[in-house]
Amino acid sequence: MTIKTKKINGKELEEIKARNIKGNTLDGKVKKYKVTVHLGTCGIASGADEIKKQVEKEIKEKELKNIIFTTSGCVGFCSREPMLTIKEPDNKMITYYDLDEEKVSVIFKEHLIGGKIAESLNPINSSSELVSFYKYQVSRVLHNRGEINSFRIEDYIAKDGYKALIKALDKSPQEVIEIVKESGLRGRGGAGFPTGIKWEFCKNAKSKTSLKYVVCNGDEGDPGAFMDRNLLESDPHSILEGILIAAYAIGAKKGYIYVRAEYPLAIKTLENAIKQAKGYGLIGEDILDSGFSFDLSIFQGAGAFVCGEETALLKSIESKRGMPVPKPPFPANEGLYGLPTLINNVETFSNVAQIILKGANWFNSMGTDKSKGTKIFALTGAVNNVGLVEVPMGMTLREIIFKVGGGIKENKKFKAVQIGGPSGGCIPEEYLDTPIDYEKVQEVGAIMGSGGMIVLDEDTCMVDFARFFMDFIQDESCGQCVPCRIGTKRMLEILTRITEGNGEEGDIEKLEELGKMIKETSLCGLGKTAPNPVLSTIKYFRKDYEEHIETHKSCKALHRKAKIKKV
Amino acid sequence: MNKKAIKEEQITISINGIKINGSPGQTILEVALENDIFIPHLCYDPRINIQGACRLCLVEIEGFREAVPSCITKISQGLKIKTDTDHIRNLIKLNLELIVSDHPLDCLTCESCGNCELQDLAYLYDIDQNRFRGEVHPKKVFEDNPFIIRDNEKCILCGRCVRICDNLIGANAIGYAGRGFDCEIIPAFEQSLKDTDCIFCGNCISTCPVGALQAKPYLKKARAWETKKIQTTCPYCGVGCQINLHVKNNKIVNITSDVGKNINKGSLCVKGKFGLDFVHDSKRLTSPLKKRDGKFEKISWTNAMGSISSKLKEIIKNHGPDSIGILSSAKCTNEENFLLSRFARATIGTNNIDHCARLCHASTITGLIPTFGSGAMTNSFEDIKDSDAVIVIGSNTTEAHPVISYELINQVIEHNLKLIVIDPRKIPLTKYAYIHLQQKPGTDIAVLLGLMNVIYENDLHDTEYIDKRTENFENFINSFKEYSPEKVEQLSGVIKDDLIEAAKVYGSAKTASIFYSMGITQHTCGTENVISVANLAMMGGNVGKKGGGVNPLRGQNNVQGACDLGALPNVYSGYQYVEDNEIREKFEKEWGKKLPPKKGLTVTEMIDGALSGKIKVLYIMGENPMLSDPDILHVAQGLKNLDLLVVQDIFITETGEFADFILPSACFAEKNGTFTNTDRRIQRVNKALNPPGEAMEDWKIICRLSEKLGYNMGYSSVSEIMDEIAKVTPIYAGINYKRLNASPLQWPCTGKDHPGTDILHAKNFARGKGRFMPVEFSLPAENPDKKYPYILTTGRILYHFHTRTMTGKSEFLNLIAPMALAHINEEDGRDLNIKDGEKIRLETRRGKIEAVAKVDGNIKKGVVFIPFHFAESPANKLTNPVLDPKAKIPEYKACAVSISKV
Repeated sequence: MTIKTKKINGKELEEIKARNIKGNTLDGKVKKYKVTVHLGTCGIASGADEIKKQVEKEIKEKELKNIIFTTSGCVGFCSREPMLTIKEPDNKMITYYDLDEEKVSVIFKEHLIGGKIAESLNPINSSSELVSFYKYQVSRVLHNRGEINSFRIEDYIAKDGYKALIKALDKSPQEVIEIVKESGLRGRGGAGFPTGIKWEFCKNAKSKTSLKYVVCNGDEGDPGAFMDRNLLESDPHSILEGILIAAYAIGAKKGYIYVRAEYPLAIKTLENAIKQAKGYGLIGEDILDSGFSFDLSIFQGAGAFVCGEETALLKSIESKRGMPVPKPPFPANEGLYGLPTLINNVETFSNVAQIILKGANWFNSMGTDKSKGTKIFALTGAVNNVGLVEVPMGMTLREIIFKVGGGIKENKKFKAVQIGGPSGGCIPEEYLDTPIDYEKVQEVGAIMGSGGMIVLDEDTCMVDFARFFMDFIQDESCGQCVPCRIGTKRMLEILTRITEGNGEEGDIEKLEELGKMIKETSLCGLGKTAPNPVLSTIKYFRKDYEEHIETHKSCKALHRKAKIKKV
Repeated sequence: MNKKAIKEEQITISINGIKINGSPGQTILEVALENDIFIPHLCYDPRINIQGACRLCLVEIEGFREAVPSCITKISQGLKIKTDTDHIRNLIKLNLELIVSDHPLDCLTCESCGNCELQDLAYLYDIDQNRFRGEVHPKKVFEDNPFIIRDNEKCILCGRCVRICDNLIGANAIGYAGRGFDCEIIPAFEQSLKDTDCIFCGNCISTCPVGALQAKPYLKKARAWETKKIQTTCPYCGVGCQINLHVKNNKIVNITSDVGKNINKGSLCVKGKFGLDFVHDSKRLTSPLKKRDGKFEKISWTNAMGSISSKLKEIIKNHGPDSIGILSSAKCTNEENFLLSRFARATIGTNNIDHCARLCHASTITGLIPTFGSGAMTNSFEDIKDSDAVIVIGSNTTEAHPVISYELINQVIEHNLKLIVIDPRKIPLTKYAYIHLQQKPGTDIAVLLGLMNVIYENDLHDTEYIDKRTENFENFINSFKEYSPEKVEQLSGVIKDDLIEAAKVYGSAKTASIFYSMGITQHTCGTENVISVANLAMMGGNVGKKGGGVNPLRGQNNVQGACDLGALPNVYSGYQYVEDNEIREKFEKEWGKKLPPKKGLTVTEMIDGALSGKIKVLYIMGENPMLSDPDILHVAQGLKNLDLLVVQDIFITETGEFADFILPSACFAEKNGTFTNTDRRIQRVNKALNPPGEAMEDWKIICRLSEKLGYNMGYSSVSEIMDEIAKVTPIYAGINYKRLNASPLQWPCTGKDHPGTDILHAKNFARGKGRFMPVEFSLPAENPDKKYPYILTTGRILYHFHTRTMTGKSEFLNLIAPMALAHINEEDGRDLNIKDGEKIRLETRRGKIEAVAKVDGNIKKGVVFIPFHFAESPANKLTNPVLDPKAKIPEYKACAVSISKV
């Protein structure tokens, strides 16, 4: 892969775009199909690399000169990987899924050579059943998914990439902040703090040395969450562009993207993206001849969940043990090395370029009163369609689970949906019509969180489920504050003995007592939200707890696990 | 300041309905504690930044939804706080129950029982049962070192020890490991503390709220309630730390310091915490000794006093009083120094009295008197927090004045202080330095002139200050003009860009101070060195303001006091000249005796006099010139040549071996009195123990001998001596025991209502205007040549003090530092084929010694450092006795030496 090293300006950016569009045009004669194999970590894990090799081989062997072959990141439909998409001259997209060697041969024979859709493979197109997975989604943050090669900056530029940066650099920093404020964008890390206001705090914060930092929080650690990974792997430049715009707005000269080392492909993609952006002078000195300079590095986290907490993350960048520090002072005033630091989540930054490009009103025309735009969820668990979904704010949980998710697997009964990961809560059937909205979700005992959404069916024991999260959080507590270190341990011990059939009378009350205290008195967000899975399951599924204690029965889930161990 | 401004400075809050004032920036917890309002806490230590880990200091604030930790919440106008609601009490109690659920309830045998913050809180909150029994931290003990035991079974993970070690001591010896419930605090990589950068200061123990950290030497000695706790002043360096001696059955069973209080805020160094076992050493002198046929034999006090006094009378009669020389002691109290000065001048009739200040800070006096008008530390210890930049030059603060280095390190780490270290060695402080200028020994003046040159060229000098407060600047400018950074680099080896950056930092800081010590003073150009420091400080406009100043760090616990109280040949107490008739008459009237009108001999001159026969008697109180003076072979010849040598000490020292009589004296823990520390702070010394055997307080010995010599001084207590000091000494005029017992005072304290002086030269310099004095750069008296190709420099190490009279007796200190290590640069080591740990010989024109080589990159190429403490490797066999002509201080810090493998 060659890296261009010519500093470009706005005009040249347009030329790159035009060139790239031309090169990818399907005229139906010289170029008839564009074949894209989707190579996210999820796809690769299911064998997408082999599919890619096979496709390349067949094109070569059969001398199919009319095919443009490329790869992209994940298209979100995890349960159907590996996948490939064929684009036709009329822009029709046909996606084949659950691929294996045989199916690829069929696709070549019937579709790419035969010219007809391989209906026997039941591909996803407008007439297929599976299309519902995409039909109810909106593509804003994920608008490039499946359509660009994440290792080619030119692909991103062809989709109007870095145009927002040009637009932002033409405005004053305050004007940029006003647009973000007006858009109503809120932090996608989960807490939902208004992004524009955070930017403004940081812009106005006085720095002891005139230095300020921008940090992108890509330390995604919630079990079952993969929003950040997907964005980093599939559309890295949208994040870089968001960071650049933010840096310009607050006056930062240096930034870090914090990515956990467990995401090697994301890091590789990002490293390449930064290198390419630097090659075009989009990161560096005097960017696009605007006078604005900015440097960006990747910082690899070592896998501590608590480093997703912003103050711990900053300590980690300072090469110290990742332990949260009390707020205030907030990072916007005293962050990295004690200097003003803007820290936003990956998805938040991914929203920025679109907002600048299309305007605040475009963005806030979608959503609820206080929650605007879209939200990405990693939809997993007992649903038919597992995957990464982007839905408009305001869509109800029921719609997500039953329309996008295609309902519960094996036609079982829905029991609960857990959102917000270890910090979130479980929502029962009766609140399924709750819309996706920061405040509304909180009202029913969960939090928006960064986007984990786990659907549970009737077979799930809620005590065991809560125990799973408590086990996770207890392992990941940084250990410095008493309620989190010892409190979660004691909660875990109580949960364990309940699931083992040794629960005692008063245990539920103890869990509630501890849970409330831990929430109120813990030092950081990790501890403050740690009891949520337990408290919300007690609230909605107290019967599960009582049954265990009264009958002294151990948990079915435990038996299942024991069986798995034996095997 | 107008009234409005005063009003704005104060913030009024209410706690439990009571209105309380605080200052901006204070937290609720700090204000509450100041006002004796109880808020429980376990992770707060006033010496370091807060962590907010224990979550016990919870309070309710009106308008807040949830309980708020008071340690991290700053006060703001009108806050309404409640500390005692049911809700708060329940939260605190539950958190305490959790802590107790992971804590062994072995209070019956725990060393900290009765002195345990968790025990106290459990008592207050009625934690009488363990509702949350579960997994606990198992017993896990780290004790592979002489001083500190850590037992993680008892650790409550408050993190105080880690923050103390990281942010105050700068040792980073311990840290958190593991996550979740398994989190624990361990020495780095679970090694023995000996293999970490631990300096065994024991401050982790001082901050531990429970029994997880213990002082090994004090284990199983006594229960907390069995001991009597006496606060007194540490007898080692000049910082003046306040220590608590815990006494049971006339034995010290523990040493602590009150956290957050006094000059040292509860921090100590390894010597103060663990190095006082000399007090009970079996070699302590318990009766007077007389030498007969080369051997010492015990005699009674009556016989000793009789023999010494008749011998003295005889010699005075035959050779006159000026044939007697008296050495006073920087280890003894102010009162004793004052008395010995009176003894010399009134009882004997000579001004031949001096002490070891001659060997450390004589040049500070000769350098600062003509420039400022007063020769002491201009500012206070507490001022460091008000400095934006600090230069440390010629002071290995971490080893010689550890507690001051803690403050410097803490300010660097927690409060952005910019530290500039100027030293030939990579001393421990360089780790925290913004810049380290590593000069060749003896080239300080070149470096200082270079700094002034850059400051002037960049217009960073304080012209307004120079115009208003000083004189002679115009004439002074030429003295530094030719010292360009390039030239300074040639002369001193300091990289020119570093010099420029350092000058800019010092010159542009709002307030900056300079700390220096023996590296400046112990040169033939010591006086000029000091003057250069003074010139630099005045150029920056830094003298006379908070956070600024010129701060010589005094080496001994009471070297400042010994000088203040007239143990010098030319002045009475308070630096009043003996040759000034009016002053002499004042003292003659007070003491009822005619006093000698001419100034006397210095210590170095007395030794020369002994050799030439001019001096017949040396009377030495608590000094050890046989190790401390330069060229000790020469000292030995002098001592042998005397007609009478009387030594008053707590042990038989190297000097004592030469004595005709040795008088056993009481040590610091066995007497009352006062010490004056390095920042002119007069602090009480309180008697905690009875002296061993017949040993007696020095002041009583002096009084008794004087009486025997026919001159009754007539004191019945040390407090009376202080009253007399106050009467005749203007700078001590306001000092008395009643005031001192309440709190220390800093001189000048000129009257009963005078509050003492924290900053000298605040409005005017002591001499009126500060005087810029041109100095010339000169090389040390002896420079490397073919035969002696290296530069030898000497100094202290952390684990020992001076001639090891005290630290040499400490079992524990000698486990860590049993011998002299000669520090050699690794390149030199390679050239000489000397490896780390090998025995080497060092030889100068005066003698040779053997020592063990420590080869590393911390010392500049061509330089070798050796500590002067060890009699087995006596550095002062090697040093050059050449003196600074004005201060008469020897050049300990540079001479030519050869190195060879043994």
